[in-house]
Amino acid sequence: MKAYVSVFRLRLANGMQYRSAALAGIATQFFWGFIIIMVFQAFYSQALVHPPISLPQLITYVWLQQSFLSFIMLWFRDNELFQLITNGNIAYELCRPSGIYGFWYAKLLAQRLASAMLRCFPILLVAVFLPEAYRLSMPVDLTTAALFAVTLFLGLFILVAISMLIYISTFVTMSAAGSLLMFGVIGEFLAGMVIPIPLMPSWLQSIVNVLPFRLTADFPFRVYSGHISKWEALELIPLQLVWLAALIGIGKYAMGKALRRVVVQGG
Amino acid sequence: MRLFGKYLLILFKSQMQYRTSFWLLTFGQFFIPFSVFAGLYFMFERFGQIKGWDFFEVALCFGVIHMAFAISECMARGFDMFSSLVANGDFDRLLVRPRSTVLQVLGSKFEFTRFGRLLQSALVLAWAISQIHVEWTFLKALTLLFMIVSGVFIFTGIFILMATMCFWTIQGLEVANIFTDGGREMAQYPLNIYQKWVARFFTYVIPFGCVNYLPLLYLLGRTEGSSALYALTPLAGCIFILPCLLIWRFGVRHYRSTGS
Repeated sequence: MKAYVSVFRLRLANGMQYRSAALAGIATQFFWGFIIIMVFQAFYSQALVHPPISLPQLITYVWLQQSFLSFIMLWFRDNELFQLITNGNIAYELCRPSGIYGFWYAKLLAQRLASAMLRCFPILLVAVFLPEAYRLSMPVDLTTAALFAVTLFLGLFILVAISMLIYISTFVTMSAAGSLLMFGVIGEFLAGMVIPIPLMPSWLQSIVNVLPFRLTADFPFRVYSGHISKWEALELIPLQLVWLAALIGIGKYAMGKALRRVVVQGG
Repeated sequence: MRLFGKYLLILFKSQMQYRTSFWLLTFGQFFIPFSVFAGLYFMFERFGQIKGWDFFEVALCFGVIHMAFAISECMARGFDMFSSLVANGDFDRLLVRPRSTVLQVLGSKFEFTRFGRLLQSALVLAWAISQIHVEWTFLKALTLLFMIVSGVFIFTGIFILMATMCFWTIQGLEVANIFTDGGREMAQYPLNIYQKWVARFFTYVIPFGCVNYLPLLYLLGRTEGSSALYALTPLAGCIFILPCLLIWRFGVRHYRSTGS
């Protein structure tokens, strides 16, 4: 366990180096957030039917999405790991006296955390003080905030477990770009990144609800904005835990299988 | 022009060496805008309209912009990846050749995988055209064509501008994405749904309004006053590339090699 923690700390320090990149990222995300909010405002301004999620809740949703982007996008990748697999340096990794699954898991987790730490606080801070129409609202009470934190981190763990599956699939396909792209696009759509899940048609919602993707992003954000009540949130947290256990189990099993058949590429 | 054709042939051959990866990427490129389009569709299914625009009108807008973006990303990829050229000092080699630098950078990369994206936007466009209530005349068809062409010019112009920045910064800047990816996301809706300042910026500074909003009014017969003027606005969008090329020249003259 100690080894994993130190890998985690190394990566965290490494990720914190890229401060100017983070600044540029923040600017981009602000612009993005504004555009998305304006589109939603335009849709809402003449809505004939009562929409299932209110506009302030939706705006909060958008800002959270932008600030925790590195927690929730599958697209976020570690090219180093891909290269390890495709150019054969995986051999070194196999020599290490620690489980490769845990090792990589810690690496990926730290990377996302570092990037989020650099980006989320400035965005959140500014978004709270924006003019009324664009403001990020505060959670209603402390329990909501606590539940948000719990669900967000569980969501992060689930997301990293899902992205581990993508890396493992590289053992089979050897070409990372294709599977990553497909996984990323479909997964993000199902996580409510393109349009929030409450706004999806009901047939699609019933599909989305059985998949784990929504637990990573959509669920914590809606807990924060109060769209999902506290009791409902408490009921869903065990589901998150079950998915987490299942995904890690599948990942470990698949990795074990892939490693047994692994052919080290080149020298 | 013949030289450009040769560049394309070479690049096509080299990309076809990795056939599976090529098809997978093309396929994936098809799906990225597809998921965005699906989102758009579901939003309209719920709300019906956006500030008086109905689904097929916005789909037309979406198709034009994404098509323009796909074509210019295909062509101007060399400018998009330009920072690596400067950082490695490879740009020196381009300078000693007796051809224009713009042509050479254009020819240095050509993403054929973007055809997936192109295909998707073409399908959306075709669907929108077949469903929309417009009496098509020759002039209108021409305007539509020019909307796409003008969009390509604008996106290419932005790519060139961002590449020019690399002469000073050496590194590529992530902020550039605001104008390329952000511009694309934003311009897929008619501009008047946004706040005034956004719409103004993207009409007068970066003329996306000349691509998607003003000519769209003409296509749908919603213009006030002289409609010929609206039909001509895409040409104004094309002009955007001229200052970009001038700045590029300025940048090239100030280029200092990083050595190798």
